[in-house]
Amino acid sequence: MLMKGTAARMGVMKRVSLVFKAKANKALDKMEDPRETLDYSYQRQLELLTKVRRGVADVATSRKRVELQMNQLQQQANKLQDQARKALSMGREDLAREALTRKSSAQSQLDDLQTQYAQLQAEEEKLTVASQRLQAKVDAFRTRKETIKATYTAAEAQTRINEAFSGISEEMGDVGMAIQRAEDKTAQMQARAGAIDELMASGALDDVGGRRDDIQSELDIMSANSDVERELAMLKGELTTGAPKQLEGGAQNGASQGAQANQAPQQSPQEQGPYAPQYAPPQQNQQGQLNQQAPQNQAQQQAQPAGLPVSDLPGLQDEPQDGDRS
Amino acid sequence: MIVRILGEGQFRVDDEATAELNQLDAVLEAAVEHNDEAAFSSALTNLLAQVRAHGSPLPPDILEESELILPHEDSSMDEVRKLLTDEGLIPG
Repeated sequence: MLMKGTAARMGVMKRVSLVFKAKANKALDKMEDPRETLDYSYQRQLELLTKVRRGVADVATSRKRVELQMNQLQQQANKLQDQARKALSMGREDLAREALTRKSSAQSQLDDLQTQYAQLQAEEEKLTVASQRLQAKVDAFRTRKETIKATYTAAEAQTRINEAFSGISEEMGDVGMAIQRAEDKTAQMQARAGAIDELMASGALDDVGGRRDDIQSELDIMSANSDVERELAMLKGELTTGAPKQLEGGAQNGASQGAQANQAPQQSPQEQGPYAPQYAPPQQNQQGQLNQQAPQNQAQQQAQPAGLPVSDLPGLQDEPQDGDRS
Repeated sequence: MIVRILGEGQFRVDDEATAELNQLDAVLEAAVEHNDEAAFSSALTNLLAQVRAHGSPLPPDILEESELILPHEDSSMDEVRKLLTDEGLIPG
């Protein structure tokens, strides 16, 4: 309709629809008996329905894998955070720095995964809707197919068959593309998840243990990291004003748990640390490896505040650096 | 007139909206021709928004061909180019 010179300018919308139509016509032309077309097409539709449903399941599987990784990373980040606090309270700033560095790395992986996770969720939703739409169209096609077969001779049926075929063929093309796109996104995601698995296996995000050389070298590399410096400053500040926070947490424990407060008085303050609100602590306990050290950590952490009475550290409270916190 | 947005479904759009859609479509096509990613992205967004604003979703059990077909909301320019020139993008 919009012709300019020799170039046919019909716009993107029209051209795309022509490509779809050409595809449908090509398929139609292959059929000798028009009524066979109906059955053949219906088979293809059922196959596509199966395929799109499998696509939904695949994306969901991928999404769950990402979810699991996110939980692992979150647990690791939480643990490194606790270790940094512990290390600092023992006067081991180097270890605290290393722990925070690793935590920062885990955190950035986590942020990345969250974006991916949202994309997979959106893709899963799109495919689900697409499969419902296709199902409705396939049902409509089946009804019309029976009508055409019962009512019309082969010659008469041609036009009606073409209509039904074109209508469903466009939907099938659309759904086929949706499946392809979801597969592409899932493949990207899996590559990424694999890379993070490798990163975790490499120990780069491990908690700070006895590997002194490893810690020191990483420490040197990352010492310029401003995130780490900032968090260190915050933790230092926390140490000087640590007493009121613990009282606060203790009070909550007392109120909510009553007689049980003696059993785990320090758990609540740990979970309410300054970084906990950013991400809800994962509640899974299936990571045997991660949990093995937990009781030990808790026991050590419980012991620390007692060994660090604030009154013994008067210098910290008066330190001029405290002004940097703002 | 029936318009499909790929990945989203079909809409019945008032014929009066055709002129406006064609205008936006011309902008989109020019963006693709000039390889202008920013213009492409905003033109596509505008075009889809107009279809949604002027159209009502077609019930899914209606078997009708679309007169116009629009790319996916999150299409890249490269994807649209392939859609226009290469049937390979449409499986089956």
